[in-house]
Amino acid sequence: MSHLLILAAEEKENPLIPPIPELVIGLLAFVIVFGFLAWKLLPNINKVLEQRREAIEGGIEKAEAAQTEAQSVLEQYKAQLAEARHEAARLRQEATEQGATLIAEMRAEGQRQREEIVAAGHTQIEADRKAAAQALRQDVGHLATDLAGKLVGESLEDHARQSRVIDRFLSELEEKAEAAR
Amino acid sequence: MSADPTQVLAFETDCHIFENNGCGFPAPGLHSFLFEPLWGDGDSNLYFNKTMLLALLGSVIVVAFFWAAFRKPKVVPGKLQMVAEAGYDFIRRGVVYETIGKKEGEKYVPLVVSLFFFVWMMNLWSIIPVAQFPVTAIISYPAVLAGIVYVVWVSLTFKRHGFVGAFKNISGYDKSLGPVLPLAMFIELLSNLIVRPFTHAVRLFANMFAGHTLLLLFTIATWYLLNGLGIVYSGVSFIMVIVMTAFELFIQALQAYVFVLLTCTFIQGALAEHH
Repeated sequence: MSHLLILAAEEKENPLIPPIPELVIGLLAFVIVFGFLAWKLLPNINKVLEQRREAIEGGIEKAEAAQTEAQSVLEQYKAQLAEARHEAARLRQEATEQGATLIAEMRAEGQRQREEIVAAGHTQIEADRKAAAQALRQDVGHLATDLAGKLVGESLEDHARQSRVIDRFLSELEEKAEAAR
Repeated sequence: MSADPTQVLAFETDCHIFENNGCGFPAPGLHSFLFEPLWGDGDSNLYFNKTMLLALLGSVIVVAFFWAAFRKPKVVPGKLQMVAEAGYDFIRRGVVYETIGKKEGEKYVPLVVSLFFFVWMMNLWSIIPVAQFPVTAIISYPAVLAGIVYVVWVSLTFKRHGFVGAFKNISGYDKSLGPVLPLAMFIELLSNLIVRPFTHAVRLFANMFAGHTLLLLFTIATWYLLNGLGIVYSGVSFIMVIVMTAFELFIQALQAYVFVLLTCTFIQGALAEHH
């Protein structure tokens, strides 16, 4: 048979006209696929995809929380450190102040002791001077009496008179000295 | 020979070149797309043939695949779940969210995902050994799917915009067109309501039809030329079979993608405000 004949015969069967049974089976086949996917399988996977998204975002949130906490701890440490520095500075200041006070106190004490010693010295010197003046007065009296006795005679040897004269003399001398001052 | 189906499961031929038994090249034709029923009577509407078998088997395979992958999905996925998720995510994000948008599109994800994997599986039958026939090369299957999509987007248009709004939406009503408006509306109505579902179905059908014809042509030629000197040409033809098989693998996925992309575009158009 020639091909032309075959082609001519085939024109009866138009491939664009859908046979009904195939339509029905096609619909059934698609409904099976759509039914299973829409009823159970796609909702299943959507749920899991959502869970996964949440898990990932939860992880990110956790990381963010950890970072925030680390930040706050760091700030706390910084604050504590600053406080400690401040405290140390305060202590140092206090120590310096205390030291200064002590030095001042010691200086005052030293001053006081020095003044005491000086005062004691003065008193001692005054006493010594007085004693020396007393002794000197007696000696000078004796020497003058001796001298005057030798010049005037033994009459002056009378002790009592002699003392009075000498004292009087010396008093006059002192008065003169006072007047001269 | 006639246009009557000459095959039950596959195209069979024993003809070879240089043989003088009176048979020429058994070219593939429309008869290559007709099957004797496996069960029932071909003259009535009560029969069961190879394409129906493949259609049902294909849907069982798709369901089985997703059942295995998504029945008990885990937050940390296994290999199978990861593959299925990749496919699911590709359609959901790459097609539905891209065209309809995330908020409006979420509702149509199951439909579009089902459509894609169903069509792809039906196309894949073309190069699966033993089956080797694209179910979508029978117009009924693409027609059913295009019909479902048609019903979905048309009813959606009326639900969303009311009767007048839907009419304006579908007819592309635009006052600024002036006197051309009636003609424009007529063409738009024709294009959207009649041509659109037709081309939607035929685009898929014709691609698979042509692909299968090409594959058949080179396969039959390989066999027909396998005699004497013809063996060299048979080799060339066989290489073409392999090249065309690879090409078909690409076209099958592409056509499934185009089919769902158009579906989303139609739905998006139905949801869009008339302008």
